Amino acid sequence: MIWELDFALLLFMICCAIAAITVRDLLHATIILAAYSLIMTVLWAEMNAVDVAFTEAAVGAGITTVLFIAAISRTRRSSSD
Amino acid sequence: MRENVVIRTVSRLAVPFIQLFGLYVIAHGASGPGGGFQGGVAFAAAFILMIIAFGIADVRKRINNRGIMIFSIFGIALYAAVGLLSILYAGNFLQLNVIEAALGIPHLHGILIDIAEAGIGITVMAIMISIIYDMADTGGESA
Repeated sequence: MIWELDFALLLFMICCAIAAITVRDLLHATIILAAYSLIMTVLWAEMNAVDVAFTEAAVGAGITTVLFIAAISRTRRSSSD
Repeated sequence: MRENVVIRTVSRLAVPFIQLFGLYVIAHGASGPGGGFQGGVAFAAAFILMIIAFGIADVRKRINNRGIMIFSIFGIALYAAVGLLSILYAGNFLQLNVIEAALGIPHLHGILIDIAEAGIGITVMAIMISIIYDMADTGGESA
């Protein structure tokens, strides 16, 4: 465990989480959420939880991003207000 | 869907390697990181890449709804069969060491775990493709 690396990753992760809920465009929010999942994968792998990291990379960054984009393609991307 | 030769060529090259990696994760799950769920999801990711590159109609020709139904039932039946086999040898569900002790074959315990993991992987792969089919199918019109 390198605490400087942990600190930087956690800070970037919090930034991604705040950005994902504040950005207006839903497609941008989906891509930021995928970046959040990627940082979470590195954190799980650093905490020696390789199984969880694997699941997070496959499901969090891969499958849910595709599912969200498929759902967005059937709706409008940004709200009108 | 628009024709794009770069995306099609790269995904045609990448899909076999992703599928091989998924099979490796399933087979290696008992002795290292990975397992049936992760390998099944990696295998389904190859099909999702094919849906993105070639369109959903082309992938439906390779694996249709009937095939998904057969794969999902076969996988969970394989898992349940290995689990219930240990009850026949007076153990608990998935207590595989009683089978190894009764038959006397070395490393049978690991082989049975791999069969159960393969069952989990097949079911997870089929269900993931089924979810993507239901979400991404626009009924013929291009998304």
